[in-house]
Amino acid sequence: MNDVKTPVPPGDDDGVVLTPEQQRRRRARNIAIAAVLGFLVLLFYAVTIVKLGPNVLNRPL
Amino acid sequence: MSDVSASLAKTETAGLAAPVGEGLASPKDFIELLKPRVMSLVIFTALVGLVRAPGDIHPVIAFTALLCIAVGAGAAGALNMWWDADIDAVMTRTQGRPIPSGRVSGQEALAFGLTLSAFSVGVLGLLVNTLAGALLAFTIFFYVVVYTMWLKRTTSQNIVIGGLAGALPPLVAWAAAADSISLEPVLLVAIIFFWTPPHFWALALYRAGDYARAGVPMLPVTAGPDETRRQILLYTLFLVPLAASPVAFGYAGLAYGAVAIGLGAMMIRLAVRVYRRREGEEAVRAAKALFGFSILYLFSLFATLLGEAIVGGLLG
Repeated sequence: MNDVKTPVPPGDDDGVVLTPEQQRRRRARNIAIAAVLGFLVLLFYAVTIVKLGPNVLNRPL
Repeated sequence: MSDVSASLAKTETAGLAAPVGEGLASPKDFIELLKPRVMSLVIFTALVGLVRAPGDIHPVIAFTALLCIAVGAGAAGALNMWWDADIDAVMTRTQGRPIPSGRVSGQEALAFGLTLSAFSVGVLGLLVNTLAGALLAFTIFFYVVVYTMWLKRTTSQNIVIGGLAGALPPLVAWAAAADSISLEPVLLVAIIFFWTPPHFWALALYRAGDYARAGVPMLPVTAGPDETRRQILLYTLFLVPLAASPVAFGYAGLAYGAVAIGLGAMMIRLAVRVYRRREGEEAVRAAKALFGFSILYLFSLFATLLGEAIVGGLLG
């Protein structure tokens, strides 16, 4: 019973450790993806308004 | 050990093994996968198709259509780089591309290309119209599967048939604006289609060593430089009257006619020079001159069509 090992909680240094350059590039990729997603939200909003046109107000209350 | 490396490199190219350059890619590398220079020509020719098409298209929808066509073309470029990473690595012109240089893994490029292909086709089909979406899907399929995977490594007619993919953007854009197809956009496609062989073969004439080393059966490699020169001249002689034909059909005005005939005469002159000068530095200079001028020629034709459409719209 005594030889059961206590699980070690995962620390910051476990798993893949990225170099500062890799971290910088990952951050740049994340910002680029966020910018693209933000742009797509605006585009889909604009296209929706254009497609609906004045009909956006034409609905039963 | 070297066998293992070679095997890993091969599976890596096919996008099956763990990526080599994971974590090293910057957004710029992914933009490079989209072949921005090719993309700019696609956007330009598509814009001409969009502006010349009949009917009114809202600027936001027109912008969405152009964006989808550009991203679809870029996605096809990324998939082309994924498939061709092995030959890109041995050609000096393409060694610095993101996959051969190890900055982006084959798997990342494949996922990037497939995602953008699906998104561009889906968005164009849903937000603009189904015909345009279907044509964009066909264009991507033709470039990636028919040209890249099949023709490029098997026949010297690779860029002749494969050139259709690069010629289609004005037709896709026309379909986006008009929701139909007519003779005029087909003529635009035909002009780019017949422009492609003399343009690429002029490049291949002075890059034949690169293509031979990579095992790509470009015409100068399989049929020799003299036959390539003959084919360049024949295609140019067919291209120039074809490029002037929109005037005869009533699709273009006198300004376009003047540009098509004036610059067309220069194209023929340069193609004849390529045909005659077959040895040494003079032959290379002649091929480079035709390659460079062919870009200016196509750009000028489409710019004039665009200019005429804008002036016509403002006046009438």
